[in-house]
Amino acid sequence: MSNRFVNILVPIISIILGLLVGAAVMWFSGYNPVMGYIALWNGIFGDMYSIGETIRQISPYILAGLAVAFAFRSGLFNIGVEGQLIVGWFAAAYVGMAFELPKFIHLPLALIAAALAGALWGLIPGILKATLHVHEVIVTIMMNYIALHTVNALIKAVSEGGYKTERIHPTASLRSDFLSNLTDFSTLHYGIFVALAMVAVMWFILEKTKTGFELKSVGFNDHASQYAGMNVKKNIILSMVVSGAFAGLGGAMEALGTFGNMVTRGGFTGIGFDGIAVALLGANTPLGVIFGASLFGSLKYGAGNMPNEAGVPVEIVSIVIALIIFFVASGYIIRVLLSKMKKKKEAK
Amino acid sequence: MEYVIEMLNIRKEFGNFVANDDITLQLEKGEIHALLGENGAGKSTLMNVLFGLYQPEGGEIRVRGKATAITDPNVANGLGIGMVHQHFMLVENLTVTENIILGNEPKKMGMINVKDAAKKVAEISHLYGLDVDPYAKIEDISVGMQQRVEILKTLYRGAEILIFDEPTASLTPQEITELISIMKKLISEGKSIIIITHKLQEIMDVSDRVTIIRKGKGIGTVITSETNPEELATLMVGRQVTFKTEKGPSYPAEEVLRVENLVVEDYRGIQKVKGLNLSVRRGEIVGIAGIDGNGQSELIEAIAGLRKVKSGKIFIDSKDVTGKKPREITESGLGHIPQDRHKHGLVLDFSVGYNVALQTYYKEPLSKKGIMNYKHVSKKAKEIIEMFDVRTQGEHELARSLSGGNQQKLIIGREVDRNPELLIAALPTRGLDVGAIEFIHKRLIEQRDNGKAVLLISFELDEVMNVSDRIAVIYDGVIVDTVIPTETTEQQLGLLMAGQSRDKATVTLKEGDDNHVE
Repeated sequence: MSNRFVNILVPIISIILGLLVGAAVMWFSGYNPVMGYIALWNGIFGDMYSIGETIRQISPYILAGLAVAFAFRSGLFNIGVEGQLIVGWFAAAYVGMAFELPKFIHLPLALIAAALAGALWGLIPGILKATLHVHEVIVTIMMNYIALHTVNALIKAVSEGGYKTERIHPTASLRSDFLSNLTDFSTLHYGIFVALAMVAVMWFILEKTKTGFELKSVGFNDHASQYAGMNVKKNIILSMVVSGAFAGLGGAMEALGTFGNMVTRGGFTGIGFDGIAVALLGANTPLGVIFGASLFGSLKYGAGNMPNEAGVPVEIVSIVIALIIFFVASGYIIRVLLSKMKKKKEAK
Repeated sequence: MEYVIEMLNIRKEFGNFVANDDITLQLEKGEIHALLGENGAGKSTLMNVLFGLYQPEGGEIRVRGKATAITDPNVANGLGIGMVHQHFMLVENLTVTENIILGNEPKKMGMINVKDAAKKVAEISHLYGLDVDPYAKIEDISVGMQQRVEILKTLYRGAEILIFDEPTASLTPQEITELISIMKKLISEGKSIIIITHKLQEIMDVSDRVTIIRKGKGIGTVITSETNPEELATLMVGRQVTFKTEKGPSYPAEEVLRVENLVVEDYRGIQKVKGLNLSVRRGEIVGIAGIDGNGQSELIEAIAGLRKVKSGKIFIDSKDVTGKKPREITESGLGHIPQDRHKHGLVLDFSVGYNVALQTYYKEPLSKKGIMNYKHVSKKAKEIIEMFDVRTQGEHELARSLSGGNQQKLIIGREVDRNPELLIAALPTRGLDVGAIEFIHKRLIEQRDNGKAVLLISFELDEVMNVSDRIAVIYDGVIVDTVIPTETTEQQLGLLMAGQSRDKATVTLKEGDDNHVE
């Protein structure tokens, strides 16, 4: 078995195993797994509308995944993508609503505002890590709570005591009649192109630039990097800032594309945390993140159809989705099994 | 002849790679048997087979004449086989006795009975002249003493056959002498010993017979008294090796490195370098001889800008570089082969090519206006692989999968290629075999002959003696004396390293004339 073949085979077997165990869960809970999976399939690919919605769902996952992966490549664990995404969401929504500008200025401005807000939210843990060695995991987790409640307060402030921001002006919107018409009036918007552009940006930074060389070097071995004369502190801070900017743009997807405003939240969106799994599924590479985000986005969106079409309750659906992702993440186990099978064959 | 262990025609494969191919090793009762081979020749694999960590694909192991399958280390222990590992397996903050009984604690009414165990430890320690305090904490005792604890551990568990894996790698010359006498004591009490090493002098000093393996194949067994280091080296490497490093006289010119009254603290704020003065000129190699922990690491790190200078001055080519950033110092003409090649010298998860670029990636032609030119990185890497004989599958292979010697060649290639005015080489040959050592010494001398300054830090006396043109002895954070290698002996140097003044060192040597070997 060639390595390439194994690399393709492993995720496929993982997904099949996940589906099988998920089927068992549905079976034991008294639901028809075949019906359930048909509903899932239809929810993702059933018609143009579903496909549009699925792609729309994938966009913020790509950006959240990029954020986690980028930090990871320079040796940092950014758990704060959630908070960075929330502040990005608010910044985009605010700029989108508060200014009246021509589209070619307004939309980029709103996107930049979201990226800057996320970058700022990443900058703080970055500085603390670089100068005082405060562990970024602790700081970013706490920054998530600060983001959530600060933004809730800000929403109240800008809406004069209300619970949501005004809708953004069309000049700041990512909405696209063309994409919407193409997909049977889904909410698909230009955000997916922003996300894919950022995939290219991350790939370019890491694989082509001097900065990328330094970031990766610091990520693998900060001691050797310091010996080689690199500024380790600067690289740590930079990594968190870029990571935060990606996350902030993820928030802009929601503000400028999907919702067009921001509503006060009782809890986290979950996109930022799922971004961790997306990045890890994608082995922290830009292209891998597209794969991870597609899996996450499709399952999350498609699962919504399972209660309607197959009567499987939401709770069971969540378990089934979690199982599929669990098996994909456990690809290592399947790799070990495959190599054992191979050995046995050779022994015969 | 009575053999306690016979490993006959052992074969061990890892996938397509044959680590041991038809190797035979027979250990007589009461002998010290050396197992000699280059790095990666398969010595450790063979011993791990004997210790039950690996199962051989072919061949037979006989213990006291009986064919035996050693399925795991517990079986090996039961057969009286004990291993003293190169990297000690000790818990730092437990005592000697606690470490020895770990995993097999004697109980008394459900409580661990340390007292009886300590008594037994003391008895064994006394019997073999180990001189270990059963109640000392591991973190408080020297490396040599820790090794004795490892030896005690195997003896406490009833070992009759002891395997020593590179036992002298981290010992000082004095500790090595002591270890050799301990080994002799062990065999006089009826134990048998296998020692894994690639240090030829040690083999000559301590062993009765030598089994040589080369690239996984058994080359044969010779009787030590009928051979000599040159022959052993040829058998091990497969070609003639020069030992005495060939070098012409040095022609030192103007000063490149000047260190004045340097004071440096370690990370705990304890002064490690205490007003040190040093000077290295073009066209000379200055060796710093000293026992580990006398301020060598702090000195190098201060010169390289990696550690804060408390007071004093450092000049490179008359330029004051005190307190400058590492990169600025590098640009002033410093090349640095760090002490710890895995931690500081290489990014192990980077490819060979990326590691070649590690010091120069920010300059043309490797990058331009912030964009890397990886074609040039590959080109540069290929040059260095070629020029420095780095054995690798290519510039895309990860540095991690290179052998130690090749990793070191890679670092030296990278540093020498920048043509630095001052090259600091810290323990450049640690853990390497004679072939690689020869290569590296040649390169250092080449730098010198090209009119560069070289500062060599080493714990190996013969390396310092062979390679340096001047030796600066460091003790307790200062250079206590500077000697010329041809005008001094290893014994004298050893005493200077232990903090004695030169006059006193000479006197001490005269008093104990039987110590005087040369």
